[in-house]
Amino acid sequence: MLYSVLLLVMLGVFSALILYFVSKKFYVYEDPLIEKVEEVLPAANCAGCGFPGCKAFAESLVNTPDISALFCPVGGNDTMKAVADILGKEVTEKAPTVAVVRCQGACDVRPKTSEFQGPLSCSISTLLYGGETDCEYGCLGMGECVDACDFDAMFMDDKTGLPVVITDKCTSCGACVKACPKDIIEMRPKKKRDLKIFVSCMNQDKGGIARKACSVACIGCNKCFDICPKDAITMENMLAYIDPDLCTLCRKCVPICPTDSILETNFPPPKVKKEDAKKPVKKVKKVAKETSDDLETSKVKPIVKKEPKTATEKVEAMVESVTLEKTENNA
Amino acid sequence: MLKTFPKGGVHPPENKITATKSIQRLPVPKTVHVPVAQHIGAPAQIIVERKEKVVIGQVIAKSGGFVSSNIHSPVAGVVTKIDKIIDSSGYKKDCIVIRVDVKDESNFVDEVFPIKDKIVQSPEEIVQIIADYGIVGLGGATFPLHVKLALKPDQKIDCLLINGVECEPYLTADHRLMLEKTEEIVIGIKILLKAFGIHKAIIGIENNKKDAIKALKEICKNEPDIQIATLKVKYPQGGEKQLIRAILGREVPVGGLPLNVGVVVHNVGTVFAVYDAVQNNRPLTERVVTVTGKSLENSGNFWVKIGTPISDLIAAVGALPEDTRKIINGGPMMGKAIKNTNVPVTKGTSGILLISEKEASRKEVQNCIRCATCVSVCPMGLEPHLLMSLTEKTMFEQAASEDIMTCIECGSCSYVCPSNRPLLDQIRLGKMVVKKLDLLKN
Repeated sequence: MLYSVLLLVMLGVFSALILYFVSKKFYVYEDPLIEKVEEVLPAANCAGCGFPGCKAFAESLVNTPDISALFCPVGGNDTMKAVADILGKEVTEKAPTVAVVRCQGACDVRPKTSEFQGPLSCSISTLLYGGETDCEYGCLGMGECVDACDFDAMFMDDKTGLPVVITDKCTSCGACVKACPKDIIEMRPKKKRDLKIFVSCMNQDKGGIARKACSVACIGCNKCFDICPKDAITMENMLAYIDPDLCTLCRKCVPICPTDSILETNFPPPKVKKEDAKKPVKKVKKVAKETSDDLETSKVKPIVKKEPKTATEKVEAMVESVTLEKTENNA
Repeated sequence: MLKTFPKGGVHPPENKITATKSIQRLPVPKTVHVPVAQHIGAPAQIIVERKEKVVIGQVIAKSGGFVSSNIHSPVAGVVTKIDKIIDSSGYKKDCIVIRVDVKDESNFVDEVFPIKDKIVQSPEEIVQIIADYGIVGLGGATFPLHVKLALKPDQKIDCLLINGVECEPYLTADHRLMLEKTEEIVIGIKILLKAFGIHKAIIGIENNKKDAIKALKEICKNEPDIQIATLKVKYPQGGEKQLIRAILGREVPVGGLPLNVGVVVHNVGTVFAVYDAVQNNRPLTERVVTVTGKSLENSGNFWVKIGTPISDLIAAVGALPEDTRKIINGGPMMGKAIKNTNVPVTKGTSGILLISEKEASRKEVQNCIRCATCVSVCPMGLEPHLLMSLTEKTMFEQAASEDIMTCIECGSCSYVCPSNRPLLDQIRLGKMVVKKLDLLKN
């Protein structure tokens, strides 16, 4: 018993000594900053920054003197600020972005004219021909972007056959943008409350051909281009593009599009006054008043929330609240 | 023992249904759609305008660079529009649409030219004519011919190989051409020999075209410069590298050209186009196209004006059979299914193949069973199963080091795979990505 315990202890000590000396002998110096920086990175290893993983990104953050060109899209500005605090270098702030799918060509609006029998891969299909429909710019619906997403932020809608981005999960790593052979997915700024207006089409054919291929295609009619007050819309190859930096989200282009190819997301449902917008100013004001009146009458809480000013009023209010509580308890 | 290439190869059912049918002239279509990108290299630049009148043989699009080619009007008529039309690449490309002038007789005369065997032009003049008359390799790759003829001083060739192999099943365009235009082809070879300044040409023909071999041997009796090599029937013998290996026993180095081993290969169709251009002053505006398919009643070989919509070709052989599932531009092995029948015939269209539901359907893909049949049939000595899995795993650096770029896309691997794996599809994708990433340089 004693011998075996001793033997094991000696064996342990001996091995520990070997390990100790080996670790001393083969020690590789690593900048302790790298580990610190790596800790604040999201550890998603998505390669959205352009480096093969968070470790490699941390290394380059530490080693490059000017890191203003480097950015972690997943962590965003908070992470970059933390990195800046650790390293004492300057970082650039970028507006958070989110992936949008610029194609609405669902099965019912974009009829199939041929059938692809090869392997289910968008990029292989792209090598062979323009796609199953007559629109050679649109989504092929084989879901390579969904496969590329490491964050489960995308899924294929069975009804439309198009990919859908779950905005809350999207980390804007850009993997789907790289995966799409048709360049349909774009990273657009998230803006306030994730409000977005974008042309959801990539078709560069002439109007008639585009519309024949897909009823929600951009036909290059220039209507949105003409109405935009901020010149945020550019027309190129019969296709409109809304510059997210210039767009003020005024939504004038949305209703004017004859093919509904301009999409708005996360806006509240249209108000009653939309139709009356063109009518004289007075009426509009009236409508606005009415609605506000309606709101006030419908809301009960504001009266309760009114803060009492004098002491007597305070007491009264307290009594009121107590009685209210009592009645509630009774109920 | 007949000559052939040693590595790999398959022997699919030949199905040369139209081998006995002589070449007919297809009626002139009402409109032709002439694509400007019919050759490898830069697309030609359009030099005609809308509503402009054109005559047969007029240049309508000019060569857009050194590796590019002129395009001539195949018909007399009026340019109605310059439009984007889906061509055999599967994408919309610029096309010159010409409405045929029905009153113009030049569209309908079938000129017969007497055979001229005296070559008066100098080698430089020959190269110039070939460049001007827009001749490209008609074997399928459509490489501009004048580029192949313009040798640099340090490049020397000693042998001209003429490709009359036509190893693709179903197709018989070259076969019929060799039978019907035998003399012209021999003169065409002499023209090319003169242009190169060499004295050795070998015509390679597979043993399944015995009548063509006989006819050519008969004519070449008194031609010491031209030999005929009979080859064993094996696909893809028509590939440049395979043909050189089969006839001369020379191996083209990886990433190299036939020029590196002192050889240039031309297709018989190209040779005939050279003859026509040099001796008859006729630019390349028509070619032989085989229209075939098992369920077609009168399949055949046709002289077709370039730009003719494929629907016209199908109309010439009767209606589209009901069981047609795919229309393939080219042969069944390397051809490509087309999207609709408005696709025009281009300089590279050697055949139109209509195949039925049963032949066209792809079977269910199963797992690789490591049988290595694909390795044994690969004529380039590659490992298709490995290249496919490397592409699937996006390991493109390794794929590049496994010589993915030497794949000639013959499709033998996909043809033999017992698990019906889409080997060629994936390898093609891998090649594209490797090319894009330019991994070979590093």
